[in-house]
Amino acid sequence: MAPVLVLAEHDAANGAVKKVTLELLTLARRLGEPVAVWFGAGSGDALELLGQYGASTVYVADGSGVTDHPVVPMVDVLAALVADVSPAAVLVPSSADGKEVAGRLAVRTGSGVITDAVDIDASGVATQSVFGGSTVVHSKVTSGTPIYTVRSNSVAPEAAPTTCTAQPVSVEVSDVAKKATVTDRTVASKGGRPELTEAAVVVSGGRGVGGPEGFSVIEKLADSLGAAVGASRAATDAGWYPHQYQVGQTGKTVSPQLYIANGISGAIQHRAGMQTSKVVVVVNKDAEAPIFELADFGVVGDLFEVVPQLTDEIEKRAN
Amino acid sequence: MKIAVCVKQVPDTWAEKTLRPEDSTLDREAPDGVLNELDEYAVEEALQIAEAHGGEVTVVSMGPARAAETVRKALSMGADAGIHVQDDALHGSDAIATSAVLAAALEGKGFDLIIFGSESTDARMSVIPAMVAERLGIAQLTFAQRVSVSGSDVTIERVTDYGFDTITASMPAVVSVVEKINEPRYPSFKGIMAAKKKPVETLGVSELGLDVAAVGQAAAWSAVEDFAARPPKPAGTIVADEGEGGARIASYLTEQKFI
Repeated sequence: MAPVLVLAEHDAANGAVKKVTLELLTLARRLGEPVAVWFGAGSGDALELLGQYGASTVYVADGSGVTDHPVVPMVDVLAALVADVSPAAVLVPSSADGKEVAGRLAVRTGSGVITDAVDIDASGVATQSVFGGSTVVHSKVTSGTPIYTVRSNSVAPEAAPTTCTAQPVSVEVSDVAKKATVTDRTVASKGGRPELTEAAVVVSGGRGVGGPEGFSVIEKLADSLGAAVGASRAATDAGWYPHQYQVGQTGKTVSPQLYIANGISGAIQHRAGMQTSKVVVVVNKDAEAPIFELADFGVVGDLFEVVPQLTDEIEKRAN
Repeated sequence: MKIAVCVKQVPDTWAEKTLRPEDSTLDREAPDGVLNELDEYAVEEALQIAEAHGGEVTVVSMGPARAAETVRKALSMGADAGIHVQDDALHGSDAIATSAVLAAALEGKGFDLIIFGSESTDARMSVIPAMVAERLGIAQLTFAQRVSVSGSDVTIERVTDYGFDTITASMPAVVSVVEKINEPRYPSFKGIMAAKKKPVETLGVSELGLDVAAVGQAAAWSAVEDFAARPPKPAGTIVADEGEGGARIASYLTEQKFI
């Protein structure tokens, strides 16, 4: 079976393998033999987990400044691997880095690229959910080595245990990569919550939250579920919640198992960022709010009464 | 300093977008075409850098005839000149071909900075700035929440999932900016009038030295097999809160095994 290269995304600070990497390994097994590619330090601790999800090999690109320059060193290494091992496909996460790696790798290797796939079948046909989830598209790469970026939470990771061995690859960072240099990394406090695009549960607030202080109610519910907090554009534009938490057309796209929308009307702008969530729960005062069209379960009521009661109930049931 | 800012005309952010049944391309006729919202931040950033350091701003766009409106919009915000790549052969081009066209339009013109929005609100691929940097062989400084220019260097804060990276390069460089890096200005009446007299060069594919066979839908390296409207979601259970709304959601979440 031809190898399928999987960019193993991991936490830059502690090396923890991201869940999306396990999802990519799961999808890669449909196309060939999954092989992980790891950039930077920390691969030793990840071997067992990568093997558990079916990676027999992890190519490790560490040292030689591979993490000192943005994006391009990863393209340098992947392009060399594409030439060396002739993979059936290359799978990378739909993160900012992942999409840029995919785009540049496509240009460099003469390959087609499909971004934001939510599924890939054994023949390489990718499913994309476009225009805010209103249209489902099936497409295929027709030239070169198919390159896919895959959205988090698209498939459930399935174990397929094997023994994973690390294979160091020589790193030759290109001159063009060296033109931009990372001089500092700033880690913002996340308050211990999961990352928005990776989270299995997202709890969001919108205009109905009424102000910055109202978000404490949203945060308490999120923490009771181990969820990430999101916000609609109305809330971030008003300055009630930091902009990086905006879910929507011009913000983050999330696809969690459970999405709880509180005080959000559900304009296209917002739906575009959350429409592919598996289960949607809505709390809104306005029974006519379009967000109810997406609800699996909805309560018409005041979020300041419903949400705290829900939080209490969750805590009670968890104990 | 010479700054290029690449912009795209897209269907109005608030409009329903659809694919055309005959060739699976985006229907660009039906909804109003607007300057991609995220490109407004790119135009504003270009103008602010030019105002602070001196220089001129050229708007570059690839798109059908009506995309000229979008070039004018950027000119009315204050950009100095425009390049509009327009050619029927471009219809259905993929990102690979689009990046080749933009790179050809930008190359050899001495731009110090080439600024993009972080994505278009229609295709949402976020790959064009990186692809253009790859083709031009210049530094890539993308997803910037802050850009500063000092001498021949440009430094950005690249938004990451953990915070941001500070990245620096010598110009020339490709930069992309994220929403909220600035507050885009509204075109003034004076700006709108002035834009009508600003030079816009309209170029076809062969004038860029590219082969028309290398662009357009037939040359794309990926193809749509089929598409369909997402089936409407079956109606959910909606209840009015009568003092037990929170508890009812908790019961639902327990049934669904989230609790």
